[in-house]
Amino acid sequence: MRVLVRGGLPAEVPRGGTDTLDAGIAPAWWGMLLLIATEATIFALLLSSYVYLGFASGSGWPPAGMKRPELSLPLIGTLLLLGSSVPMVWAEAGVRAGNVGRLRLGLALALVMGGAFLGIQALEYSHKAFTPQTNAYGSLFYIITGFHGLHVFVALVMNAVLQLRAALGHFGATRSLAISVVGLYWHFVGTVWIFILALVYLGPYLIGRAT
Amino acid sequence: MELWARVDAFSGSVRDRAVLLTRWLTRSNFAVFPGPSDDLAAAAASPLLRHLWEALPNELGWISTVDHKRIGTRYIVTGFVFFVLGGIEALVLRIQLARPENTLLDPATYNELFTMHGTTMIFLFVTPLLSGFGNYFVPLLIGARDMAFPRLNALGYWIYVLSGAFMYSSFLASAVPQGGWFAYVPLTGREFSPEAGMDFWTLGLLFLGLSTTAGAINFIVTIFKLRAPGMALSRMPLFVWNILVTAFAMLFAVPSLTVAAALLELDRTIGTHIFDSTAGGNPLLWQHLFWIFGHPDVYIIFMPAVGLVSTIVPVFSRHTMVGYLWVALASVTTIIFSFGVWVHHMFATGLPPLALSIFSAASMMIAVPAGLQVIAWIVTIFVGRPVWKTPFLFVAGFLVLFLLGGLTGVMVAALPFDWQVTDSYFVVAHFHYVLFGGSVFPIFGAFYYWLPKMTGRLLDERLGQINFALMFVGFNLAFFPMHIAGMLGEPRRTYTYPAGMGLDGLNLLETVGAFLLALGILIFIMNVLYSERHGAVAGDDPWRANTLEWATSSPPPPYNFATIPTVYSRDPLWDRQSERTTIAEPEALRLGRRETLASSVMDARPELLMRVPADSIWPAFVALSIGALFLGALAGSLALAIIGAVTLFLGISGWLWPAERPL
Repeated sequence: MRVLVRGGLPAEVPRGGTDTLDAGIAPAWWGMLLLIATEATIFALLLSSYVYLGFASGSGWPPAGMKRPELSLPLIGTLLLLGSSVPMVWAEAGVRAGNVGRLRLGLALALVMGGAFLGIQALEYSHKAFTPQTNAYGSLFYIITGFHGLHVFVALVMNAVLQLRAALGHFGATRSLAISVVGLYWHFVGTVWIFILALVYLGPYLIGRAT
Repeated sequence: MELWARVDAFSGSVRDRAVLLTRWLTRSNFAVFPGPSDDLAAAAASPLLRHLWEALPNELGWISTVDHKRIGTRYIVTGFVFFVLGGIEALVLRIQLARPENTLLDPATYNELFTMHGTTMIFLFVTPLLSGFGNYFVPLLIGARDMAFPRLNALGYWIYVLSGAFMYSSFLASAVPQGGWFAYVPLTGREFSPEAGMDFWTLGLLFLGLSTTAGAINFIVTIFKLRAPGMALSRMPLFVWNILVTAFAMLFAVPSLTVAAALLELDRTIGTHIFDSTAGGNPLLWQHLFWIFGHPDVYIIFMPAVGLVSTIVPVFSRHTMVGYLWVALASVTTIIFSFGVWVHHMFATGLPPLALSIFSAASMMIAVPAGLQVIAWIVTIFVGRPVWKTPFLFVAGFLVLFLLGGLTGVMVAALPFDWQVTDSYFVVAHFHYVLFGGSVFPIFGAFYYWLPKMTGRLLDERLGQINFALMFVGFNLAFFPMHIAGMLGEPRRTYTYPAGMGLDGLNLLETVGAFLLALGILIFIMNVLYSERHGAVAGDDPWRANTLEWATSSPPPPYNFATIPTVYSRDPLWDRQSERTTIAEPEALRLGRRETLASSVMDARPELLMRVPADSIWPAFVALSIGALFLGALAGSLALAIIGAVTLFLGISGWLWPAERPL
């Protein structure tokens, strides 16, 4: 209990160190939320550029002569990436209940699923008939999906660091802030993918094209 | 809790008004606030507090400090150095233009200098310098002991100074960017700018953007979470309001510059075709992306300056700010509007008339909240009893210049007029009135107002008056004739002009004005150097001001406040009821912890004693590794980039590794 010299503060103000705070209170959680806001703006602008150049192109988007993106691999990837949020949530709930084993298992599952998403993306790249240098469509296709892939990679690195710290005993029922914060980022990376899937992969099938 | 209920009960503006009316009638507009360290326990604790908060007195302490005051000072000093550099560039340009067909500069050098002048002033001077004021004063104004993320704050500074050095190293490499500060493609694409200058520019701005974004996040969380108990949003100082809205603008505007610069750099290096109209790209996309950033950026520069004016006006009018709520809301509205007017930079690009009309109307609409703020300042001055000290002179100068710049702003928002004067010196005149008049004058006012808090000594009043007079006269001589030259058709960014077109006299006058302006700034520098040693000792509160930074010593101790204040009104130091309360420091010390108080977002109810990270070497390390990454990208050196990436990973891991054993 804090001793107050003279009035003012309620006596029950808690003390907090790293990792011990509740998500809604902790500055770190707010910081991640704002980082996500600015990153989401970057994705929104990249996707707007994609739509803008599509409208301006005049010969359909992808331009005439290029195939619409193949869907089977990306859809499997989508299932894996969005699905990986489930073990993340499960892991976070686990550590809050004091179950570090569940935390580590959940993190590992999410890591495998996210890694598989990246593998599928690499496989898809290797099948593509165009490169970033082919034309503006090709450039934006690789820039948008590549930038998203980079985010998945960063999320995987964060996940691995959390796994290591969990192994070293850094987390417990009252120390789970880092898990919540990384979890927030993880779900963001998945959410952004929904927009990329809709505009870059499904869009060409939904909107009529010249050829 | 009883006392807390009292704070809550004192929310009514009715009470505020009654108090102020009484003071107004009795001609004593302010009450004397008890001095710092009035609390004996706190005074006894302060050497121990100092031990906890002070940086090491050696080089390690210098590089690892996370004290927001030292970081803020560094931002201000570095920003001022860039101001002088950009100013020297401007003077060289003015010498070139002093007479017709001058041959001092060749066209390419002229292009380099105006590009670096604009880039320096916008990106390396105004924004970071205002961030410096924010860094130094926001925690003091809200009664906190540091920013929410002190190490991120240090990182922001190191990135800023490295990115500035990065861009200026283009002079050493003899590859200075020439594309103007808005770098339109296709001029800046690989085909027409094959040399490395634009790479310095795009990569430098991408690098700098990290600092701006980190700063924005830090400001928002600090302002949301670290306000002293009782400082509800409705009692927050207006400068803090303006830093808050500016930070939100940065958060959503900088991504657009990041995307634009990254796409341009990819076009230039790996050969993508985003802006290449021969392969499905579109150069107009650059203009959209740049100005979606660029117009809010005008307000990123302007809004903190407005906050400075709203800080200085009530203090020197000896009257609380009139229309506080309206002024705060006007800032919010302006920032929101500012995201919807970017096309007014593109009126001459041949967009559809309907789109142009909408953006024209939106651009005129933005004058409404701006006008509202001007009225609030004038009314405050009118009902108060103005004290004509130097800070107030600069604010008065600002009001005149900003009014003129605002008027020409409404003129160029009108389509037919804009088509007439676009890319002429009229536009140069307009934006110097709003940026220099609207932002730099308040910054100088803030120098005179706040440097005494930072150094402990007042600046000389007489030199200050000369400083102001030279700057005001010089500014108008330099920039007013540009309106006329522009109407006569002198195009901007052209290295010379033929004699006998009616431009000779105007240009000479502009050059003379520029040198007078520079002389004023020189006198300011002399004033600072002189007053640093010989100035009158400022004391805690030389202006008898209303906000919390004056409730601590000058310069403030490393821990800011020995006791965290409790806030009962918008003008806590003019309010007898604002007594300070205290956290039990001796206990905090026994735990060996650096802490500050975190509170709820809306009404600032205390939530927890938050741990503040200690000094750390990691921010400088991380900034250097990011620098290596960018240098690798610039030089096309994979090895350097890999070194940067690996050290970056190590740096971030070291940074985030918990310092203490788990409990």
